[in-house]
Amino acid sequence: MSHIRIKVGMASCGVAAGAAEVYQAIQERLAAGGIEAKLEKTGCVGMCSWEPLIEITPPGAETVTYGNVDPKEVAGLLDRVAAGELPREGYTIVPRQETLADQVRIVLRNTGIIDPVSIDDYIAADGYKALAKVLDDMTREAVIDEIKESGLRGRGGAGFPTGLKWQFAYNEQKPKKYVICNADEGDPGAFMDRSVLEGDPHSIIEGMIICAYAIGADEGYLYVRAEYPMAIDHLRKALADAEARGYLGKSIMGSEFNFDLHIKEGAGAFVCGEETALMASIEGERGMPKIRPPFPAQSGLWKYPTNINNVETFANIAWIINNGAAAYNAHGTERSKGTKVFALAGKIKHSGLVEVPMGTPLRDVIYKVGGGMPTEKPFKAVQLGGPSGGCVPASLLDTLVDYDSITKTGAIMGSGGMVVMDTGTCMVDVAKFFLNFTQNESCGKCTFCRVGTKRMLEILERICAGEGRMSDIDTLYDLAENIAKGSLCGLGQTAPNPVLTTLRYFRDEYEAHIRNKRCPAGVCNALVSFTIDADKCVGCTLCARKCPTDAITGEVKKLHVINQELCIKCGACMTACRFGAVIKA
Amino acid sequence: MSNLELDRIISSYEGKKGVLIPLLQDAQKLEGYLSKEIMRYVAEHSDIRLADIYGVATFYTMFRLKPQGKHIIRVCKGTACHVSDAGALLDSLRDELGLTEGEDTTADGNFTVMEVACLGCCSLAPVIMVDATTYGKLTVNKVAGILKNYK
Repeated sequence: MSHIRIKVGMASCGVAAGAAEVYQAIQERLAAGGIEAKLEKTGCVGMCSWEPLIEITPPGAETVTYGNVDPKEVAGLLDRVAAGELPREGYTIVPRQETLADQVRIVLRNTGIIDPVSIDDYIAADGYKALAKVLDDMTREAVIDEIKESGLRGRGGAGFPTGLKWQFAYNEQKPKKYVICNADEGDPGAFMDRSVLEGDPHSIIEGMIICAYAIGADEGYLYVRAEYPMAIDHLRKALADAEARGYLGKSIMGSEFNFDLHIKEGAGAFVCGEETALMASIEGERGMPKIRPPFPAQSGLWKYPTNINNVETFANIAWIINNGAAAYNAHGTERSKGTKVFALAGKIKHSGLVEVPMGTPLRDVIYKVGGGMPTEKPFKAVQLGGPSGGCVPASLLDTLVDYDSITKTGAIMGSGGMVVMDTGTCMVDVAKFFLNFTQNESCGKCTFCRVGTKRMLEILERICAGEGRMSDIDTLYDLAENIAKGSLCGLGQTAPNPVLTTLRYFRDEYEAHIRNKRCPAGVCNALVSFTIDADKCVGCTLCARKCPTDAITGEVKKLHVINQELCIKCGACMTACRFGAVIKA
Repeated sequence: MSNLELDRIISSYEGKKGVLIPLLQDAQKLEGYLSKEIMRYVAEHSDIRLADIYGVATFYTMFRLKPQGKHIIRVCKGTACHVSDAGALLDSLRDELGLTEGEDTTADGNFTVMEVACLGCCSLAPVIMVDATTYGKLTVNKVAGILKNYK
């Protein structure tokens, strides 16, 4: 092969960072002639902090990944590559090997490598080989045994053993069964499912087909949140291609097994990530959870036995069938096998997607794989598990990432969101943020969840406004206990976790807000004061013009001053200042 | 409102199950929101009860019961965006558009501003999405420049 291979990461995060412009610039340069190259699109490589990125592989040479690519520099770069160079000086070179060194990529085996909308690319990467193996050589029971043996547990958050879940659905003797993929990734701070849906849709489809064969289902749904338009596009294309090749539909790969798969777009409700609510939504109703039992395996979608797994769970299946349960459970700890994908975000140097073996210490995920803190501000906490999870402090950074160890900290594994926070983050504000979220997203069915989260939010708002009382802390504990007990589904049962973990590890911060009327992180507007740094103020007058209470005075090109008596601490001056001269402390 | 269009949508779902949400999603595309007239019309010309239609329309955030602007601006309020000060971004965006408290659509009908839970581009926080285009690594000062493209 004498072509230069050029790949551009074109997942929605890459596109948001400008990958489409970079792709176009490459196309234009190639169209101008003189360079023999093959240009390809791929999904999310997981190195989001370097987006937009391109990978260049000249014939017979190693691949170099360029990050933070500016469309304007593309033509020049390609000219030099065509002339036999792989320039490093003056460009951002992504340390791909180092970033991947501590990772084990099973779920992300193809994302960022293959062209997600090409079924041929997927097949060339051993795609649909597991399906062929299952249909040719394995009984339904053997498939379930293999998944049980692998130790795979549900990656949606709760961690229920997948093989056992399949067994329950298999056991039901009904004329109709369903398989559902929960792709309603709703946790704020989690984006791993999006990356797999966009970057390797066939791996999820193949996992679902194998599941359908094992449990005896002939119809399935992919329930995808509508906020992920690219994921939906790629899935539609993948479904059509899989059907055209005989991997879906009637007599799959010449067998007697039939399976039809549909896409269902979510309509925007976080609670639909709960499986009974999700099924209600597919049935066209308000997505409100139902009492279990009966479990979906007995009576699910339209009262038929139904197996629901999440995206990451399904993406593991084909790999396990191809490589065997033993290869899979060689990774991980006693009770958490395999790998887990985490979405690293927040105050971290290399945000993006990482896949590590279960049992990796949190410290390694954040400092080795994620590169540690981006600024001089020290680490304060990492938020795990989204609104159902909690904040783990620095003292617990040696906690291993497995279901049981994380649960012991008061957080949960959840779907894999990891938002890193530094000392500039107020933990009471974070608790308030999550309670605002759950309070908004509560479906309203259970009183404690509906009203209790609202009361908790009001208390947190009061504390952040400097009007808290010490008795508020007891009330928060009391409400937390009752909401957890009095709610039907996971949303309510876990809603107090962000408050409970911040109270457990950062109680002093709550007390500083209440007793000293002080926000140690300098976040809560009511508890800080705004001043102007004399060294940075250039006297542009912008802040004075933006101030709604005319609290700022000063002449053009002279230092401005904020009158603390008049200041309502709205922060408008700080937002307006282009010189970073307004200090909030 | 073209009843022909609505009739076509209703009949395309006839005899199928679990149709209410996709039917309303299609119906919403006609005027950009679900007006009372649309909801009533669907109820009268199908076997779905008006109460069920209203129940679903008010449950899911994607359904809008008020007219919306030509361009939709979704401001991500996910965790990563929150710790990257998405709040200030939202304030300055609303300020830039001249929206007063309680308003979400500009007087000229050009923009509607919404807050969304998470757009899944956390590594580019803070993020906004204008129609189908996502903008990341934003600062307050970049917002005005983005809006210019849509005026």
